[in-house]
Amino acid sequence: MTTVSVALIYPDLLGTYGDGGNAMVLAQRLRWRRYEAEVVTVTAGQAVPDSCDLYVVGGGEDLPQALAAARLLESKALHRAVASGAAVLAVCAGLQILGEAFAGAGGEAIEGLGLLPCVTRISARPRAIGEILVRPAGRWSGLGLLTGFENHGALTTLLPGAAAAGHVLAGVGNEDGTGEGVVSGRIWGTYLHGPVLARNPRLADLLLSWVVGDLAPLDDAEPSALHDERTENGPGERRRAGGVLGAPALSWAKGHLGKLASQKFAKQPEVRQTESG
Amino acid sequence: MPPAVKLPARAHLAALAGAGVGALSRVTGRGGGSVVGGHVILALEPKALARFSAGRRVVLVSGTNGKTTTTKLLARALSSAGREEVITNATGANLSTGLAATLASGRPGATAVLEVDEAWLGLVAGEVEPAAIVLLNLSRDQLDRNNEVRQVAERWRRACGALRPGSVVVANADDPLVVWAAAVAADVRWVGAGLTWTSDACGCPRCGGEVHFGGGPQPASKEQARRRAAPGGWRCASCGFARPDPVIWLADDDLTGRDRDAGHVDQVNLDRIDLPGANLPGANLPDTNLPGANLPDADIRELGAAWAGHAGYAVEASGVVHEVALRLPGRCNQANAVVVLAAATSLGYGASGVLSAMAEVEEVAGRYATVRSGGTTARLLLAKNPAGWAEVFTMLTPPPGPVVVAINARTADGQDPSWLWDVPFERLRGRPVVATGERYLDLAVRLHYAEVEHACDPGLLSAIAASGPGRADVVANYTAFHQVLAATRSTGDDRARRGPREAGPREAGPREAGPREAGPREVADREADRGGAGKGGLL
Ligand SMILES: [Zn+2]
Repeated sequence: MTTVSVALIYPDLLGTYGDGGNAMVLAQRLRWRRYEAEVVTVTAGQAVPDSCDLYVVGGGEDLPQALAAARLLESKALHRAVASGAAVLAVCAGLQILGEAFAGAGGEAIEGLGLLPCVTRISARPRAIGEILVRPAGRWSGLGLLTGFENHGALTTLLPGAAAAGHVLAGVGNEDGTGEGVVSGRIWGTYLHGPVLARNPRLADLLLSWVVGDLAPLDDAEPSALHDERTENGPGERRRAGGVLGAPALSWAKGHLGKLASQKFAKQPEVRQTESG
Repeated sequence: MPPAVKLPARAHLAALAGAGVGALSRVTGRGGGSVVGGHVILALEPKALARFSAGRRVVLVSGTNGKTTTTKLLARALSSAGREEVITNATGANLSTGLAATLASGRPGATAVLEVDEAWLGLVAGEVEPAAIVLLNLSRDQLDRNNEVRQVAERWRRACGALRPGSVVVANADDPLVVWAAAVAADVRWVGAGLTWTSDACGCPRCGGEVHFGGGPQPASKEQARRRAAPGGWRCASCGFARPDPVIWLADDDLTGRDRDAGHVDQVNLDRIDLPGANLPGANLPDTNLPGANLPDADIRELGAAWAGHAGYAVEASGVVHEVALRLPGRCNQANAVVVLAAATSLGYGASGVLSAMAEVEEVAGRYATVRSGGTTARLLLAKNPAGWAEVFTMLTPPPGPVVVAINARTADGQDPSWLWDVPFERLRGRPVVATGERYLDLAVRLHYAEVEHACDPGLLSAIAASGPGRADVVANYTAFHQVLAATRSTGDDRARRGPREAGPREAGPREAGPREAGPREVADREADRGGAGKGGLL
């Protein structure tokens, strides 16, 4: 059996949000199904291979993000991999880099990889920080709800004809406030940290199925328990922290929070904004 | 006795009012005192930091990790070696309100040693005209609030550039971000304190290029240390920005260099999840029935000694070598001690008095303290971010010692626990592990993918008891740590909390803010200040 390879792109530049965890989740879920799997960690000084099966591009700060984009644009290795059918998970800064253009540290437009139909601009709105809950769009509805934590200052606008990953039930997501992320071909772009595949095992398996086809079920007791707990408690935490809830999200959350009495997990006490060390 | 400083009437009133509110707040159990008092002081006197620091020698300590411990070591060193009153924010109230309350306490002219939050250092340094600033390290902490470490480094840099003549900066030469900030100061003492976490530093702070960390760990033996300048180091491949030569650095005392190697983590090593079968879940799980339940105090004392660190050496560029013997465990605390030695000697204190004073410190605001739950005697370790966790894992009792890991994700912890995936939890294989805290499920999933056999128990006390009779290490992040302290207090299972050597009457030490050192009660109350002690059904 050939080895399935998961490339973790520039964790030293784009690893701010535990993004290596997404690569680990993908590799482990393959190994537990008796695939040979390897994580190929590509640091900033190394050449990006174009022959891996899956690519994980994570979040990072402004300067390293621009550096990573310049390197990927120069080598075109990720472009070649995508052209030959590789699957890509691009999170936060990774999503922005894969678009047509994104905002640099001073707000200037920087050329992106052009692999996702979106642009990202600096925003006058407060930074979007907090739990986010997403209902995947039509063809991805089988994934159930997606839970994550978003943390981004810039906002992403989809280009005409582009498809968001889903509808925002709590949180901010893309610029229009209703959609989250962008999916194109086998590239899944999202603002969800967590890491997103740790919280959403079904999304991990979707990406894997693009590469290896049908998958046997796994014992997902703990990942499923985390998914359910975050799906239930995340929107309430967002609301209490004074985060943004769109009108559709608010009505959904009201209905959903009513069910909290029967929850099987301990509810978090009220979070107050206080001085801290 | 330095000349008393005459406070303007408004500042004096503010100090009195602040002290009154602080005392009331402590009596009513509604807060830690210092923070509430600080609010009142700042409301009455917005320039309180400048006013109350006038006529004092002020030393500021900042950095992502180690600032509370370093502050305590430095305060103890200055008060003991200098036989003088030192005021300090021992409760870790390190924003402007806590600092104002600390500065408003104590005798005018008393030296102040202040821990300062990284993000506030620039503002505070501009107001208090510090005699010295100690800069330890900068790495990711609380991502959702403090999301750009480079921005913090830039703020530090502006603060260092604006220092008045005569101020000294004591800075870690092994951290490129710290060097970027400190290099603009007129008088810098570079310390080779090491850096366990390089993944936040690899973009050059000067040009954005790649920084290469070369030479590996620092010298492994005293002899090696004597023969060569501090090795290791880093350099930007693009612009040549490189580590300055330290005037003093930390060296281990044996050739194995085990602590240093174990503490050197760049990223979670993904290759390590390629497992040999012996490590698969369920294999070789050790027996948890360790002896030693219901230990008498004498045994707890012995336990404390067994948990203490081994000696390292502070090596000066001149060739002078000092033994650094601490009761605090871990290489990172030895590094903190070397930084304190550099800071204290630069202020004119003698090295031997500083070293012996630091050797007496054995607990820092509950860190390394011993608590009990059921038949379990547990040592408390605090870790707040990936770099801190990597350090703490080097301090654990060797396998098969049980480990309880407690994770919250409140405001003070950072609400996004994604950082769990940057922590090398794979190292906990081969031990009984219990996942607890408000976010035990996030931790459980992390352990699941790391193939670390574990149990889950969301209750902090029951989780500690579940680790089995005998000894356990409890590693917790910030608010979970304070919940454990509060919980062991409320059950009375806490007679060893302050540690064996501080159980008796307090030795002469620095006069702490507020006006006495925060006991566990105040530490717990401070947690209440931060958003509720969180007894909400979990304990
Ligand atoms: Zn450079």
